[in-house]
Amino acid sequence: MGVYNWNWSILFKEPYLGWIISGFGNTILIALLAWAIAFPLGSVIGILRTVENRVLRLAATTYVEIFRNIPLLVQMFLWYFVVPELLPADWGRWVKRDLPYPQFITVVLCLGLYTAARVAEQVRSGIEAIPRGQRNAGLAMGLTPTQVYRHVLIPVAYRTIIPPLTSDFLGVFKNSSLALTIGVLELTAQSRQIEEYTFAAFEAFAVATVLYCLVTGLVIAIMRVVETRTRIVGAITVGG
Amino acid sequence: MIEIKNVSKWYGTFRVLDDCSMAIAKGEVVVICGPSGSGKSTLIKCVNGLEPFTKGEITVDGISVGARSTNLPKLRSRIGMVFQNFELFPHMTAADNIVLAQQKVLGRGAEEARAKAQELLARMGLSEQAAKFPAQLSGGQQQRVAIARALAMDPIAMLFDEPTSALDPEMITEVLDVMVKLAEEGMTMAVVTHEMGFARRVAHRVVFMDQGAIVEDATKADFFGKPRSERAQLFLSKILTH
Ligand SMILES: Nc1ncnc2c1ncn2[C@@H]1O[C@H](COP(=O)(O)OP(=O)(O)OP(=O)(O)O)[C@@H](O)[C@H]1O
Ligand SMILES: [Mg+2]
Repeated sequence: MGVYNWNWSILFKEPYLGWIISGFGNTILIALLAWAIAFPLGSVIGILRTVENRVLRLAATTYVEIFRNIPLLVQMFLWYFVVPELLPADWGRWVKRDLPYPQFITVVLCLGLYTAARVAEQVRSGIEAIPRGQRNAGLAMGLTPTQVYRHVLIPVAYRTIIPPLTSDFLGVFKNSSLALTIGVLELTAQSRQIEEYTFAAFEAFAVATVLYCLVTGLVIAIMRVVETRTRIVGAITVGG
Repeated sequence: MIEIKNVSKWYGTFRVLDDCSMAIAKGEVVVICGPSGSGKSTLIKCVNGLEPFTKGEITVDGISVGARSTNLPKLRSRIGMVFQNFELFPHMTAADNIVLAQQKVLGRGAEEARAKAQELLARMGLSEQAAKFPAQLSGGQQQRVAIARALAMDPIAMLFDEPTSALDPEMITEVLDVMVKLAEEGMTMAVVTHEMGFARRVAHRVVFMDQGAIVEDATKADFFGKPRSERAQLFLSKILTH
């Protein structure tokens, strides 16, 4: 094997710079949109897993078990290749022919639904960690169960689950690279493409790595601030 | 005011409450005692419907707790409850803890609720602590905030479930003093406690429970003078020696 020929400047040449920028943009967009599905949906499902009503609880549990236990890549292929075939004929035709950006939408939906199951688990464990007495205290003063969730359980639970939620968000961000398997040109896919065109494999993947790390670091830093700002006075803190 | 008629409750095959009957009249203070696991907490939680019961009937101010048609939140808002572990909401200041249900349940305005909270905190000797969070208060202070929180709803009766048993000895008095004052002002109270000094001072009646049953329901004088059941005598001799 010969000496590797470093060529960092290639990254700043067109069209490669443009590829990196558009790939990075896609990655961020996928992560944000998927999170916009995962966070509210996961919150609702997580809360439902803790309510008295058995039917709702069972439905929520079923959701979580299905989406958590099927490998993400398999889910991606199911949504992309299988689900359109299962839809009623004219819906399937619409999805296959008229849906704009079908791969992109599939990825966002798939990641969003998958991550919702993970968010649901965090929310559930956050609520379940609150002693039963808190719920009783709320009910005893005449709050309805919904008000107890709204004013007592949810505000306390979300404060305690900021760190695991942060890592779930970073999970979406990293998992967005799976999008390349169905042809979405996000950051990893673009790096591969640059590598194929220029043979500058190290440079291409180094820039991807740096960008992933930058975002991860930024998100962690922001969430640290959020955590400190919302911390309950006097609460025991784990770690820094 | 509170009537408990032939109430039984099972957890599976385990009978937690065994045909319990008792009544608490307006202005009456009833102390409930008995060994651990005898069902005291369960019984008192049945009164405001925090625990469902299998058989029997409980009415508060003429309203049946177990009836499907009863608006439980509304009924509960008229009965104050104080817990062993205080159960203040940790993300709210002392004042906000007292304000919450006044606004959300009674629909009071922010200013009125705040004024009420300040007035009650002053009554508890806690004016200085209004802006503190529960974790910044001592156990005794937390429990007095919890009592203030219950009183803010202008309850027709108060339920206490071992309000001092999680407290260090030096803080027990400050909470009991507040409860004694409340009793003397004529509040209707059901108090699960082993503080026999408190019972001697303000109770009208003492109820002794064992294995889910009400074994003894006597006036204070009778209970401390000559408990009729052996089990109550044994229990009394045990808790009065320390
Ligand atoms: N969810 C439950 N499932 C099964 N058994 C229960 C449950 N909750 C309570 N029990 C049992 O019911 C019995 C009565 O409990 P309860 O808490 O009312 O007793 P207590 O008199 O208040 O005791 P303590 O003085 O320890 O507070 C106990 O034996 C307890 O183990
Ligand atoms: Mg108890």
